[in-house]
Amino acid sequence: MNSLIWTVIILTVLGCILALVLSLVARRFHVVEDPRIDAIEKALPGANCGGCGFAGCRAFSDAAVKAGNLDGRYCPVGGTPVMREVAAILGVQTEEKAPQVAVVRCNGSFANRPRVNDYDGLKSCKVKAALYAGDTHCPFGCVGCGDCVAACAFGALSLNAETGLPVVDEQKCTACGKCVQACPKHVMELRNKGPRGLRVFVSCINKDKGAVARKACAAACIGCGKCAKVCAHEAITVQDNVAYIDFTKCRLCKKCVAECPTGAIHAVNFPVLPKKEEEKKDE
Amino acid sequence: MGGVHPDDSKFARESRIEVLGVPQKVFVSMSQHLGAPAKPVVAVGDFVKTGQLLAEPGGFISACIHSPVSGTVKSVAPRKDLAGNMAMHVEIEVLGDLWEDSIDLSTKLIKDIPEDREAILQKIKDGGVVGLGGATFPTHVKLNPPPGKTAECLIINGAECEPFLTSDYRMMLEHPQEIVVGAAIMQKVLHACPCVIAIEENKPEAIAAMQKAVADLAYPDIRVAVLRKRYPQGGEKQLIDAVMHRQIPSGGLPVDVGAVVQNIMTAFAVYEAVQKNKPLISNVLTVTGDGVPANMQHNYLFRIGVPFSYIIEQAGGVPENTAKIVSGGPMMGKAFANLEATTVKGSSAVLYLSAERTRRKAEGPCIRCGRCADACPMGLEPFLLNRLAKAGDTQELENAAVQDCIECGCCLYSCPAQIPLLDRIRPAKAQVLGIIKSRNVKK
Amino acid sequence: MTDRYLVSPSPHIHAKASTDSLMRDVLIALLPVTVAAILFYGWSELLVLGVSLLSCALLEWAIAKWMMHDVRIANVPSALVTGLLLALNLPATAPWWVVFAGAVFAIGITKMSFGGLGQNIFNPAIAARVFLLVSFPKQMTVWAAPNGFLPVTDAISGATLLGKYNEGGMEALRALGYPGNHALFFDMGGSVGEISAGLLLLGFAYLLLRKVVKPWIPLSIFATIALISGIFHGVAPDTYTGPVLNLLAGGVILGACFMATDYVTSPMSAWGGVIYGAGIGFIVMMIRYFGSYPEGMSFAILIMNCFVPLIDRAFHQKKYGRG
Repeated sequence: MNSLIWTVIILTVLGCILALVLSLVARRFHVVEDPRIDAIEKALPGANCGGCGFAGCRAFSDAAVKAGNLDGRYCPVGGTPVMREVAAILGVQTEEKAPQVAVVRCNGSFANRPRVNDYDGLKSCKVKAALYAGDTHCPFGCVGCGDCVAACAFGALSLNAETGLPVVDEQKCTACGKCVQACPKHVMELRNKGPRGLRVFVSCINKDKGAVARKACAAACIGCGKCAKVCAHEAITVQDNVAYIDFTKCRLCKKCVAECPTGAIHAVNFPVLPKKEEEKKDE
Repeated sequence: MGGVHPDDSKFARESRIEVLGVPQKVFVSMSQHLGAPAKPVVAVGDFVKTGQLLAEPGGFISACIHSPVSGTVKSVAPRKDLAGNMAMHVEIEVLGDLWEDSIDLSTKLIKDIPEDREAILQKIKDGGVVGLGGATFPTHVKLNPPPGKTAECLIINGAECEPFLTSDYRMMLEHPQEIVVGAAIMQKVLHACPCVIAIEENKPEAIAAMQKAVADLAYPDIRVAVLRKRYPQGGEKQLIDAVMHRQIPSGGLPVDVGAVVQNIMTAFAVYEAVQKNKPLISNVLTVTGDGVPANMQHNYLFRIGVPFSYIIEQAGGVPENTAKIVSGGPMMGKAFANLEATTVKGSSAVLYLSAERTRRKAEGPCIRCGRCADACPMGLEPFLLNRLAKAGDTQELENAAVQDCIECGCCLYSCPAQIPLLDRIRPAKAQVLGIIKSRNVKK
Repeated sequence: MTDRYLVSPSPHIHAKASTDSLMRDVLIALLPVTVAAILFYGWSELLVLGVSLLSCALLEWAIAKWMMHDVRIANVPSALVTGLLLALNLPATAPWWVVFAGAVFAIGITKMSFGGLGQNIFNPAIAARVFLLVSFPKQMTVWAAPNGFLPVTDAISGATLLGKYNEGGMEALRALGYPGNHALFFDMGGSVGEISAGLLLLGFAYLLLRKVVKPWIPLSIFATIALISGIFHGVAPDTYTGPVLNLLAGGVILGACFMATDYVTSPMSAWGGVIYGAGIGFIVMMIRYFGSYPEGMSFAILIMNCFVPLIDRAFHQKKYGRG
């Protein structure tokens, strides 16, 4: 019985002493932090995806508070609503950006782009792209090892087993830009989501001459320039045998889509018209 | 230290060197050497003779390129190399075989070496000679160490440690005297430093032939050294360690420890360039593979610029059961993505590999057996580098000396779990080298 | 070019050894002693072996399939090695449910819960043996006299030599005629795998020949044991057992050659292996001389397993061109 009492007493005293030490140490080494850092971090999505260019949401908040402004600091995941909140905390203005989404600029499905050899190394786009031009005759397009899928922190990307191409889940994509960085072929692009998700883009970046590009892939942009001619808004430029649609100028008239001889231009989320081909609105 | 012992597989060792013909068209690449691509000096429609200058060096580290055939220049345009990437090529339609007049085509051995060191260097440079051991580093640059550094030993690399390859071996058997003269020329350029011809112990006939040639020609201070058989014995760093017992510091050059290494074929090319005025327009290449019938195993003297598809056709076509075709040896060679690609100065083999021999198996978990670390000739720990590369920790990668990796492939070769170690380490090494470089620039 | 060929980064060839072939080599190396064990201990031993091998292999596969949802994690050859080592670490009289419990502990707890092959900290067979030893001490220390298909005359039944020593000191050993009339090869009661030092060393020689393992760890263990027991025995021969008995008795050879050398739970560098081996040898001798257990090989290996990450951190091989 005696020993029990002693045990209790010793432990209690020990606990008290240690608690005292702990609290003293905590006070002695207390780091004074601007409360706005916590506030901003709380306002941010907390995904720590690095899409803003900082190591995480905390680093973003820290940098923003230190600088006292939001120049060049934008959270693509939270978008304008979150950035307004952050701006309010800091008492500054933020730039208004249209919501964006990642798009896959490659039509090179197994059906469109015949395979001419079999890659047998590590399943990594980075390794494969550094090794050689790829397993098709198109040296520009997607190499299909899924580095973008691995890079996506939001589960918005997946490889379609039938086409071999990555597919973006618009609902989940936050436009953080990780896939754009991960893709060694620069196939991924961040584009404005468009009103009601409507958007038109050239799903090809093949810079080979038309005949070569077409031989490599049935749905390649052959740089014929028909789309640029038909476009009434000067949104389309053809450079290095490949067309590009400027999403800030495009008015979604879809004339180019109808004009494209290879079907390289995709119009997404438009209501299905009876005469439209099914394939052009997938993805 | 380190190294692996793959099956020798030198099936083509008994095949004499045959002279390969030329097709109707050849394509001469402008990127055949380490460094800047060469700049074409011919125009479409020009008639060129065999051995005529096609392109001049595009920078300090670059080399001349000469026409391997006589004929008409049809185009100067980008064309796919063996990896399918675009590179500038000069296309020549072959007409007869008219050689430049200055070239000595006799087979007579010329033993007397020119006295003027600068003149020799100029001839090597004008001959477009590059290292034919794999790296294709311009020879005249290597033979001219920067001020303050002197060569104490010239090593002629006859190790040929890659399995399957036999071109150096055949050259040592068939042209030992020319090789020794070539070595003596380089020795002269390097201010008469000692010269060691290093050969692996598994080639006794080549050792005997070279020893006889060295004795017959009686140049001072040249000897033959016999090396233990292992891969990569012929790697520059390993060779210097084996012959001179010196190790190049990380990031350093062979000449930092007083060594200059040149390949057997390079010595031969130096001989031809200096003694015969013949630029580097041909090389010897082995056509071989596992399970390939004997009549399809060849050692060819080919004109540089002949497409691989032509060589394969002349050698009897792609054998059955071929799953992968490799340009070069099985450990460091490049797999063909495009057989229409053209031969370059450094082409050393067309290697057919069966699926059974070459197909990668599924990656298993690391069982920490340590074989990769035992195999690494640089004393690195590939299992660790693999883990760090996966994590993308460039700081730790640099601490673990990923930048010292020579990409010999021993780690991947030896891993029982079939982990693609080198596949992951290679890009990590490139990244770390980039970081080191930019840091040095800042300093 | 009509055919599609493979393209990959170099190297394009691969050594023949694979994880499975290495495991197979270990199984082959253990074959002589396993056969001997069956011959000496008979049907009961066959039952122990069968239950252990079968349950280890099945558990490995089943856990990967149904609990980890990825059959590829299962590596049945390595589970068979664990199963065989576990069986050789048990007395032939062990009831089937004890063996099964050991298999569950080895595969389920020690190996798969850490993530399967290559991820475990402790050697599964040893961890299971220790688990059984502390959970079922009675069943685990009934050493049957060899009673199998071969007639054996001078076998020891009941306690092992080390057990006698642990109970009664040198006096008890002398009563048995130690040192002297024991041919130290086929007469050791104990775990079935401890039956024959000669056959174990034969198997280990095969592993060395096939370059499956390197000799540094066992050599270091043997040297440490010989050194420590040599000193103690030399100073006080009446109190402490000598090097020969300590090397040949108990699980030293089985443990040193086949369990301390387990890739996953041992250091990767040669010098690391020497330190690790020395640690094991030291702990074994301390347990044997001063501990309450007669034998300490399992504990020694388990304890040193904990230090492997630290040892690996301290010992690296010499890098080329860096001093």
